[in-house]
Amino acid sequence: MTAVWATIGGLAAITAAIKAAGPLALGGRELPERALAVIALLAPALLAALVLTDTFSHDGELTVDARAAGLACAGGAVLLRAPLLVTVLVAAVGTAAVRALA
Amino acid sequence: MRLAPYRHGLRAGIGFGLAAFLVGISFGVLAEPLMGPVAPVVMSAVVFAGAAQFGATAVLAAGGDAFTAIAAGTMLNARFLPMGLAAAPSLRGRPLRRAVEGQAVVDASWALAVRGEGSFDRELLLGATMPQYPAWVAGTLIGVLAGGALGDPDTLGLDAIFPAFFLGLLAAELSRPRAAAAALLGGAIALSLTPVLPPGLPVLLASAASLIGIRTAR
Repeated sequence: MTAVWATIGGLAAITAAIKAAGPLALGGRELPERALAVIALLAPALLAALVLTDTFSHDGELTVDARAAGLACAGGAVLLRAPLLVTVLVAAVGTAAVRALA
Repeated sequence: MRLAPYRHGLRAGIGFGLAAFLVGISFGVLAEPLMGPVAPVVMSAVVFAGAAQFGATAVLAAGGDAFTAIAAGTMLNARFLPMGLAAAPSLRGRPLRRAVEGQAVVDASWALAVRGEGSFDRELLLGATMPQYPAWVAGTLIGVLAGGALGDPDTLGLDAIFPAFFLGLLAAELSRPRAAAAALLGGAIALSLTPVLPPGLPVLLASAASLIGIRTAR
């Protein structure tokens, strides 16, 4: 139980420090144009990485399981320009359906 | 505080909040048998970072010690460093206030608030995070309380919510110049490093894909 509370305290402090580091280091300074061009591409790079690792990895191994079916359903919803919440629910339903059938 | 400038962000944040609520439920369900009823809710309130909470909890559940659990959670949160750098120029006030405003950086709000050409919308960030925080904590509480009745949250497909959520955010990004190339490269980096590095680091290193922006900048 002590390990749980130590983890919570430590992780809370480190997470807050990570989030504070950028604003404290840069202050209000404007970034050069090259840096802005890089920052504009951070979002697609990080989001694609999150999509793929959250879908195709488990305990540090690459896997294909029911989440892939859910992601495919979400992809269909995105192509149909569904709202974000609908996209998310469609993915959950698709994943649950594949698990129920398996 | 006047809410008017934050209204656009708040509106988007309600949808994000519903998704955070559902994922919060699954965190509560998963963490309760290990931590008891109080600790998961406290963790959501003070850490407020889904992937890191799931990751650290998985380490503890596998018998790992606190140091290893904190290290895993830290790696999963390392992406907030480049995200904070991107948000920094638009935040306001003295250093302490900037540091506090920087706590509002979570994936969905940050992705919404990054505008083209690398500029950043502070009001969108803060407004979109406001509904997500109470939703995340409340979802965790519901998950802790309802855990036994719900059974395994994976049977409900709740683990597919995060990637679908990020896919929806990514789709909104792809109309920007070179965004598709950065996404492909970032995804390839993350997937190829997943089998060789601890969880979290592949995502952090995927941020290197954004460096393709240097070459084409005028």
